[in-house]
Amino acid sequence: MFYREAGQFKVSYAADQAIFPIRQDQIGMAMILAVAYVVMPVAGSEYWLETIMIPFLVFSLAAIGLNILTGYAGQLSLGTGAFMACGAFAAYKLTTAFPDLNIIVALLLSGVAAAAVGIVFGLPSLRIKGFYLAVATLAAQFFLIWLFAKVPWFTNYSASGVISAPPRAVVGELYVTGVHATPQARYLFCLTLVAVLALLAKNMVRSSIGRQWMAIRDMDIAAEIIGIRPLRTKLSAFAISSFYCGVAGALWAFFYTGTVEPGAFDINRSFQILYMIIIGGLGSILGAFLGAGFIVLLPIVLSRLPLMLGLPISTATISHIEVMVFGTLIVFFLIVEPHGLARLWRIFKEKLRLWPFPY
Amino acid sequence: MEGFLSDIFIAPFVSMWEYPVFLVEVLVGGLLVGVMYSLVALGFVLIFKASGVFNFAQGAMVLFAALFFAGFLEAGMPVWLALGASAVVMVALAIVTERVVLRPLVNQPPIVLFMATIGLTFFLDGFGQMIWGSDIKVIDIGIPKEPLEIHGVLINSFDIVAGVTAGLLVAGLALFFHYTKIGRALRAVADDHQAALSVGIPLQSIWVIVWSVAGLVALVAGIMWGSSLGVQFSLALVALKALPVLILGGFTSIPGAIVGGLIIGASEKIGEVYWGPALGGAIEDWHAYMIAMVFLLFRPQGLFGEKIIERV
Repeated sequence: MFYREAGQFKVSYAADQAIFPIRQDQIGMAMILAVAYVVMPVAGSEYWLETIMIPFLVFSLAAIGLNILTGYAGQLSLGTGAFMACGAFAAYKLTTAFPDLNIIVALLLSGVAAAAVGIVFGLPSLRIKGFYLAVATLAAQFFLIWLFAKVPWFTNYSASGVISAPPRAVVGELYVTGVHATPQARYLFCLTLVAVLALLAKNMVRSSIGRQWMAIRDMDIAAEIIGIRPLRTKLSAFAISSFYCGVAGALWAFFYTGTVEPGAFDINRSFQILYMIIIGGLGSILGAFLGAGFIVLLPIVLSRLPLMLGLPISTATISHIEVMVFGTLIVFFLIVEPHGLARLWRIFKEKLRLWPFPY
Repeated sequence: MEGFLSDIFIAPFVSMWEYPVFLVEVLVGGLLVGVMYSLVALGFVLIFKASGVFNFAQGAMVLFAALFFAGFLEAGMPVWLALGASAVVMVALAIVTERVVLRPLVNQPPIVLFMATIGLTFFLDGFGQMIWGSDIKVIDIGIPKEPLEIHGVLINSFDIVAGVTAGLLVAGLALFFHYTKIGRALRAVADDHQAALSVGIPLQSIWVIVWSVAGLVALVAGIMWGSSLGVQFSLALVALKALPVLILGGFTSIPGAIVGGLIIGASEKIGEVYWGPALGGAIEDWHAYMIAMVFLLFRPQGLFGEKIIERV
């Protein structure tokens, strides 16, 4: 009734190719942005911003990165955590070696550093495919984490191996990292960066390079025959994916935990981000956000549920049940909708167009 | 820098040359550890061959089986009864998995099935530890652990028992696959699902059988790993060691799993002993993956994997 594009005529190519061509979608997006930018920082508590919203944004960015590689270019990767660690350590080295460097530049450069590492570990993808490649990317995961833990140069020869992110300001005295930064400032900074990068990603996958990735994903030999260069396409997917993951890792270390440690980017982190894109929907930017929200919120809800219901269960049992329920939910979701939450949303929109009529 | 280069390129070989007995000891120890990796990799191969599912839950199944076996032993069962009871548990698990997870996901892309097995991993980890607790359990079924001396080379007798067990298991599986009706059906399904269905092989019961066999292999692996390391959560991480073995040997080859396990086991030990100190130690986490990856660049389908033929 209220979600219908009847009467909205497109009179220019630009209007036809807009990301949100329907006015209701534009209004909805504007409302989401308004809530994110105005309502959240004002009404959200410190706990809400720091333990839910910031990790949600960081995970969304990492999930977009992995989705570009796995969802769009079809290269299964289990090394996301390592590329995030690259970004985090590159950001740490950059901010400590060049204290005057603006934090935005440092973050973007750390993404570039992660992209370079991604290209190196993407080289085998030219020969290896499918699950063989997935296992090969585990080499990146284990090797890089070991490297960051063992070589003291990366931690500036700190004795404990755990280092805290130095305080940095965007302009003047507006600190966004370190102890002086308010949760609101950190949240808004993350939000802006993630929004800009997500917009960029959305436009990338709609353009020529995105279509090349999808052609390689659907059948690489056929793509090669119609003139798409596999080398450039696969490596660009690895590079851009690693760039996103690297920036996400830097955000994780600087804006969420405040410390840079290799242990935070182990293999479980890689799997966590893989769940996000599978549950959210492979090959969908929206799916990355939905999946990240689901995976961030689920453990919090699961650990609170027994308390809210007043069940007397020991904490050890709760943690085991949590793991069990998490596994069950993943299987359940895959059975109900293997194409993820993004597909559910699309079906819902189709239904909404007709509502309240049956057809 | 010069010292570092000599530590990497010269010193290891010099020490190998000077103490050949030690080299043989390291090599044999590595080979026998490799056999244990093969045991885990075997379960992966069985399931991948028959159903095309990359079963990430194999490691969790090893832990799950070992937890039940150790739990039954602690409850006072004799060894043979505990073995039988855990075997029944693993078969039941196979039936439930087929019914609840695999059947609704027929015809989904491989990555979805892969994710489902990761979900299964979580479920098994949580479920097993919820029932039996997360304390370290000890499995003692009377395998001797004192070192033996053969021609001046010291070898742990437990490793020999593990090696013989793995050998018997592989021989048994090979006979089962070649000379029984079910084995032939399994090979037919592994070859071509559609063709197997059309000659009247019931796909679903074949899957139950394959998962049961993989469960029993996991039980053997669990008992072996459990007796040497103790039954604890880290047992599930052995699966991560089995993955490079898999890609080295090829996903579809049982001999590949064995040979791959031996190569990975031996090179891991030699790398750790001779090159580990120069590189700062603990290199065995990634060393096997690097070997496997470099190897894959030359043979993308692994040592014994079927040649990948692609058509447009």
